[in-house]
Order: sequence, then structure tokens, then C-alpha cells
Amino acid sequence: MGRMIGILVVSLAVVLGVNWFLDSYIDQYVVRVINMCGISIILAVSLNVINGLCGQFSLGHAGFMAIGAYVSAWFTTTLRYFDEAQAKYVAIEPMFSSQWGFVPALIVGGIAAAIAGAVVGIPTLRLKGDYLAIATLGFGEIVTIMITNFETIGGANGLPGLPAYSNTFWIFAFVVIVVMFSWYLQRSTFGRALIAIRENELAAEVMGISASRMKVMAFIYGAFFAGIAGGLLGHLLQTISPATFNFMKSIEVVVMLVLGGLGSMTGAIVGAIVLTALPEALRDVESEIGLVGVRMVAYALVLILLMIFRPQGIFGQKELSLKLLGRLIPGRKSGNAGGEE
Amino acid sequence: MLPLLETEAPGITAELILQQVANGVAKGSVYALIAVGYTMVYGVLQLINFAHGEVYMLGAYFSYYPAKWFGYVPETGEKPKVPLYLIGALFVGSMAACAAVGMLIERLAYRPLRNSSRLAALITAIGVSLFLQNAGQMVFGADPKGFPVFMDQESVPLGPIELANTKLVIIVVAAIMMTGLHLFVQRTKPGAAMRACSFDMRTARLMGVNVDRTVAMTFALGSAMAAVGGVLVAMDQPRLTPLMGLMMGLKAFIAAVLGGIGSIPGAALGGLVLGVAESVVGTWSTTYAEAVAFIVLILVLLVKPSGLLGKSGREKV
Repeated sequence: MGRMIGILVVSLAVVLGVNWFLDSYIDQYVVRVINMCGISIILAVSLNVINGLCGQFSLGHAGFMAIGAYVSAWFTTTLRYFDEAQAKYVAIEPMFSSQWGFVPALIVGGIAAAIAGAVVGIPTLRLKGDYLAIATLGFGEIVTIMITNFETIGGANGLPGLPAYSNTFWIFAFVVIVVMFSWYLQRSTFGRALIAIRENELAAEVMGISASRMKVMAFIYGAFFAGIAGGLLGHLLQTISPATFNFMKSIEVVVMLVLGGLGSMTGAIVGAIVLTALPEALRDVESEIGLVGVRMVAYALVLILLMIFRPQGIFGQKELSLKLLGRLIPGRKSGNAGGEE
Repeated sequence: MLPLLETEAPGITAELILQQVANGVAKGSVYALIAVGYTMVYGVLQLINFAHGEVYMLGAYFSYYPAKWFGYVPETGEKPKVPLYLIGALFVGSMAACAAVGMLIERLAYRPLRNSSRLAALITAIGVSLFLQNAGQMVFGADPKGFPVFMDQESVPLGPIELANTKLVIIVVAAIMMTGLHLFVQRTKPGAAMRACSFDMRTARLMGVNVDRTVAMTFALGSAMAAVGGVLVAMDQPRLTPLMGLMMGLKAFIAAVLGGIGSIPGAALGGLVLGVAESVVGTWSTTYAEAVAFIVLILVLLVKPSGLLGKSGREKV
């Protein structure tokens, strides 16, 4: 525990330093891409607990994000301002004058998403595989349709005017937290139980694991961080709308996981970075050859070819670690890193 | 547009509800046409063919371009009516082209994965769907396209209600196609091969069924039905976009689940029930009507996952 807090403090200090460096010396566009990468990492690592470790294929992550984003926005803004000229509700006044209100707002957003996670997790326990996927997708769609019907939070037009609280520090502080939590979780009794359920649910039950409880816990955990990521994204974009959180967003996160290797946390991180930064890099190429849309076509092709030729993703279920790198150097013997395949 | 079409009406009367039921039957007929594709493929391969909605989208475009080439979609001015023989040709052409696309998707994307995990196949299906949507946006353009005029839209009085003639055509054509498909699957030898594959693929192979050809045929048939759906919808609501298949595909899949996946009469029933439910809810709120399908889906999966007409089977351990 002491060690964990130590690592946390050191990492946060590093993040603070990096934040200062980026703000002072690096182009704002690059910083924005880095921030988006951070949010993707939170999403991918949290979804990895549900889809990768526990083996419950969820396509509803965007729904949890939406809940987190709207709930946290509710706490950082006053929403009772009706703009006559635009004939819609506009959120302009921050409820808290300093950024210190931001973290509690994010956490409340995360808790709201976690409650939704439990609500989704419990009834869908009976479902497996593709039925679960389609049911969680349905949940995500219902969330966005509800938001569309809710005029006081902007309805289909979305909610503009969120304060720009998200910065590299806050985003990467939560990246550090989610990565550390998930890393320890994989090695905990809870994480082992999730893996057991993934490998063979019946055998896990026989060994005394309450599969239903563990699955709901996995959903709550994943949903909580998805909610945080949603809040961070909202306060980065400063405008949120139901369209931001449609089911393509969920699929994007799934693709990140699949690229990195379902069940591998480091794989999720690599997948998140590659699939967030690469499209940005391709944006210039796209306008140069004058074929707009080629980026998304390439994205889809990568997904298909990956499934045909390397369905386990880049890392499979292994973790990228110093031990694994050490094993690549000939003449050195090292223990197995991460989960066994 | 017709006066009573899916608007938020202040005064809700019994006639209005009846009117919406009639509109819902037309909508549901299209769901049914697309749902059979999902249900047949799922029956044989246990795969949710996410790209099926995109095949429906292609079906509409495959009629649009030849019609445009023949000069029935002028840039300006009145659109000339398409003669009946050409309408028939467009339907057949779309069906054939979509059947080819369906077989191609199966051959290139799904067959290499037939023995890998169902999850890998599901993700591939999502990939194919994304590919077709985005390739569609590149090739056809993201802007909505008009559609040639097949018939002048007019209302046909049916007792206390009235229905657009295009919607009547949808219902009739869909009913004919569904009956034909049902007879094909139940009465012919290739149909029996399909049923055998969906019952037990390994045994079917041992009994001399050419499994690969049967699976390809399943995709071809499902895609041709989706093409009919695409052309019918384009005729009724002439507004084509490369993303038109996304929601339609999801809802048709839900219709297939509602009716009992693997069952063709189930797909028809599920489509009709879903279409009517959506239209009736749409009397009060069109946006909430969008949520109906997903709520139905979750309820069905929780209460009776085998659907209305599906075979219930306990999963063996």
C-alpha cells in the first residue's frame, strides 16, 4: 500500500512537470492530440477490465461516458440560463470559481456512470457473447436518445459552454490512477476471479467464485472510469452532444482493445495511442491526396485484416514489460510476464 | 408528404392510432425483409452480420445509378416517371448485385474466420460494416441523393384511414417476397440444405451437403431480400445516404431477435410487431420512437431470449 502511494505521488509529480513543459514549449495542436490519447487510454484500460479480463463483450462504453460527461457538466456549470437569441439552454457560468470543483464533479460523474453500470450489469448477466454485445449497444443508444429528449441539457443540439478545465495534468492524473488500479487489480483476487470467469465460467463457479457478483463489479469498475473519461472529454471539447457518445464511440474503444490484444492492459494503452494519434497523422495525408474519408476506410480494413491474420491483437493477452523485453535478448532466461495464454 | 405521417399530433384519436398501425405495418414489412438476412445467417453461422444494413443501403444505390444513367434523375426540373419494365429491371439488378456483394463479403471476410472465435467474427462484421459505410461515403458522396420516381404518391382510402400507395406496394411486395423465401427454404432441395446446415453444420457436411456453397447461398438470398427492402424504402422516402443502413440494420436485427433468431416466419412477425410499436409510440413522440426498438430488444433478451417463434434450447455445459 505504501509503495502504491509512493508510485502515485511520484507519477503525479511527473505528470505535473510534463504538463508545465507541454504548456510552455509544445504546439497546442500536439498537446490536444496528447490529451485525446490520454482520454482514450482511460477508456481502453477501463473497458479492458470488462471485455478483456472478464470476457464480457460490452458495446456500451459510450453510454457510460455520456452519463459521466453530462453529470459532471451539471456540477461544473449552472444550467438554468436560457439564451433567448439562440432559443436554447446554454451553460456558461461555472458553479465553482476554481478548478478544485472539477475533481469532485468528475467523481460524481463517475459514480453516476458506475450506478448505470450496475443497472446494466445486473439484468444482462444472463446474456453471453454477441447477445450481450447487442444488449449493451442497445443500452448506449437508449442513453443518447434519452439525452436527445431532455431539453434542459440541450437536447439534440448538445450543451455548449463547459469550462475548459481538462488539461494534460488532470487527464494524465486519471490515466495514472486507472492504469495503477487496473495493474494491481489484475494481480488481485478480484482480477484472478475475473480471468477465471473468462476462461471457464462454470469451473470458476465450482471454485467458489460468484460469477454474477464479479461480472457486476467489473461493469461498475469499467463504467466508473468511462464516466470519468466522459467528464474529462466534455471539459476538453467544451461542448457535449448526444452525437459525441453514439455507438461508433463504443466501437472505437473496442477496436483499440482488439488492436492491442483483448486482455492485455499495455496492449490497450498501445491500441489507444495508435488509434488516436494515427488518424490525426493521416489527416494531412488525406487532404494531400484529396481523398477525404480514406482514413476511416483504412481503419475498417485494419480491423478486418487484423481479425483474419492476427485475431489476438498485437500483444495477445501478454503484458509489455521489462521482463518480456528481457526475454527477447538471447541468452537470458526470465519468468513469464503477465497472464498466461 | 401525407398529413398523418408520424408527426407529433395534439389530438390523438382511435383513427390516428389505426393510421399509425397501418404505417407501422409498411415500416415493419421492410424490417422483415432485412431481418430475414440476419436470421438466416445467424441460423447457419451464429454470426451477427453487422454489414447487412449496409447491403440494404447498397441495394438502394444499385437502383439509383442505372436509373440516373438512363436519365430518370435529371439535375434540374421534373423527374420523369420510370416505366414499369425498367422498375422490374432495377429491382432484379439490385437484387443480383447485392447477392454478389453478400457472397463476396462472406468469401473474403467471414469464411477465413469460420473456425475462429465468435468474437473475432463479430468484430470482423463490425469492420465490414464500417468499411462499407465509409467506402460508400467516398464513392457515392455523403450528401443525400434523390431517387427516381416509380409512381406518383397518392393516398389510397382504406375504410377510416388512408395509406400512401407506395406503402401499399411495400406491404404487398414484401409479403410476396417473404412467402416466396419461406416456400424456397421449406420446399426445395437447396432450402433443405440450408435448414440442415443451420441444424448441425458438421452432420450436414457428412450427409453430403456442400456447406460452403450453402452458406454462400444463404448470404446471397439474404442480401437480395435486403436489396428489395432498399429499393422499396427509396421509392417511398427518396433520400439516399451512405449511412441509411446503420439504424435500419440494427432495428432489423432487433426484429429478428424479437421474432426468434433463426426463424423466417419469426423475422416477419418480429418486423411487423416492431414496426407497429414504433409507429404507435411515434404518435406521441418521434424521438422516443427511436428508443422503442432498443427497449424491446433488452426486454426480449431478458424475458424470452429465444424470441416469439424461436426454438428455446438450454445451452449445454
